[in-house]
Amino acid sequence: MKRSPRIWPALAAPGATWLLALFGIPFYAVACVAFGTIDPIFRDAIPQWNPLAWDFGQANEVLQSAISGPLQGVFLRTIVYVIAAMIISFAVGFPVAYFLARHAGKHKLLLLTLVIVPFWVNYLMRMLAWVNLLSPSGLFSRFMGIFGIHYNWLDGSPITVIFGLVYGYVPFLILPMYATLERLDWRLVEAARDLGATSRQAFRLVTVPMAQAGMAAAAILIALPMFGDYYTNDLLSRSPRTEMLGNQIDFYINNSQQPQRGAVLVMMLSALLLVALSWYLRSTARYAKERVK
Amino acid sequence: MNTMTRRRISFLPVIIWGYITWSLVPVIIAVAYSFNDGRSRTVWQGFSLRWWIGDPNASVFHDASMRHAIFNSLILAVTTVAIVVPIGISLAVGAHRLRGRSATAVQGLTSIPLITPEIVVGAALLLTFTRLFTGIPLGFPAQLLGNVTFSISAVVVIVRARLVSIGSGFEEAARDLGATRFQALRYVLMPMLWPSVMASLVVVFATVIDDFVITSFLSSGVESETVPLRIYSSVKGGATPALNALATLLVLTSFTVLICGLFGLSLWRKRHGDKGGLRAALSDITQADA
Repeated sequence: MKRSPRIWPALAAPGATWLLALFGIPFYAVACVAFGTIDPIFRDAIPQWNPLAWDFGQANEVLQSAISGPLQGVFLRTIVYVIAAMIISFAVGFPVAYFLARHAGKHKLLLLTLVIVPFWVNYLMRMLAWVNLLSPSGLFSRFMGIFGIHYNWLDGSPITVIFGLVYGYVPFLILPMYATLERLDWRLVEAARDLGATSRQAFRLVTVPMAQAGMAAAAILIALPMFGDYYTNDLLSRSPRTEMLGNQIDFYINNSQQPQRGAVLVMMLSALLLVALSWYLRSTARYAKERVK
Repeated sequence: MNTMTRRRISFLPVIIWGYITWSLVPVIIAVAYSFNDGRSRTVWQGFSLRWWIGDPNASVFHDASMRHAIFNSLILAVTTVAIVVPIGISLAVGAHRLRGRSATAVQGLTSIPLITPEIVVGAALLLTFTRLFTGIPLGFPAQLLGNVTFSISAVVVIVRARLVSIGSGFEEAARDLGATRFQALRYVLMPMLWPSVMASLVVVFATVIDDFVITSFLSSGVESETVPLRIYSSVKGGATPALNALATLLVLTSFTVLICGLFGLSLWRKRHGDKGGLRAALSDITQADA
């Protein structure tokens, strides 16, 4: 029996073919639409299937608009909102994960279950809940009214959008963060304490470096979907003042006669994500190297 | 233990309970308002079942469009599960044994969907179905293909974790005892994969029934509207508390499936003499140690 077994490729084939046909090819289709032409009469996008004949005119126009034109604000806003939401998510999620992993004691299963619950509550239900609370007659608005704060939270407020992103995505940060902290070798932290480090020093010099790779993974795990999010924004604001990249894509692909612009934006979003991803891969490679040292 | 440690430990419980309250209370309030007697989703006017069953036209169980959305959601979730679970398991088992260049290719093909935002997949599939694979109409067929594509990787991740924890020893033992490769797979490995199969069923069902972006991009309008699409399109309008009831129903469905899955898993573990019960079942599904 020298020949290699055929059974494994045969088992992998249906799934791999499916992904190639409905994940690989669609990516190519996006490029073909983005670099295609526009029908002069019907103004509809005509995909160019031959990469040698790709026309980069429209893509260039959108790129210029993103660098120094009307789209600049959208790109800057997307990046600022996502970074702000990520920082707040860490501020909220890290202590929660840390407590779960370290100090939950006999309540651990209960607490973990309660922390997992939002994971299983529909995202739109969670947004619906806040739309109800934040609307002018909602409980939150009325509560703030007691303190003399009268503000329409649902009318294009960046605070509401950032907070909505945090509320939506923080459960997706807590679980991997908890999994990382749970697997840490806490004896090293104890050793640091025994050797005279204060708890703050032990945290900064031992815990954080050990958890760094997991933190980067958790960050990337919530950053990627946040970059493409449009529904949070749509439900909590739906104003051009808070428009993000996802809203532009949704608009051009679904509601306009210019799917070509939408396709270009999808490619630009993917490029942005590739940058984020390569940062992640570089930093995990660096942590791995440091650990070997 | 110095004072600083003690202080940190005492403020952490406040944070975690604060977080739990913040994450759950808004949802509980939204559920409560589905029992509101008035038309408002924000001002309490007494308890009633009006928006659940009372109102002959506008309650969840009588509103034709809401019933239609519930039906669409269930059909989409069940058919996606039925297609994706066998494909995903077979892909995971096959890919686990591949070596060399084809292994890298399959690895890449299954991990890229995990990190691709849904809007990219949704937009790409919409352009593909309207310009290239034009034989596939938007609506249920496109939504089904889209959801299967996006869920394959989740199944692969769950099954692969199980394959790693099983190791290759059992199969090798079966082969040494004279089983063919297929027999070892069928009678030794498959039964051991059960927990990951159940976890996949639960995870994919819950993902698809909750899915908004792909289902929305590939929808063909009202006739293929699912519950999340319905929530999205009516949140901002003057919808009645029946919308809260509809959303509550969606949440209840995911939880029912989750709880059935958890009990199924812990029962399986008990029958096979595994320790851990519910706690282990929870980590099967969440892929984190409980």
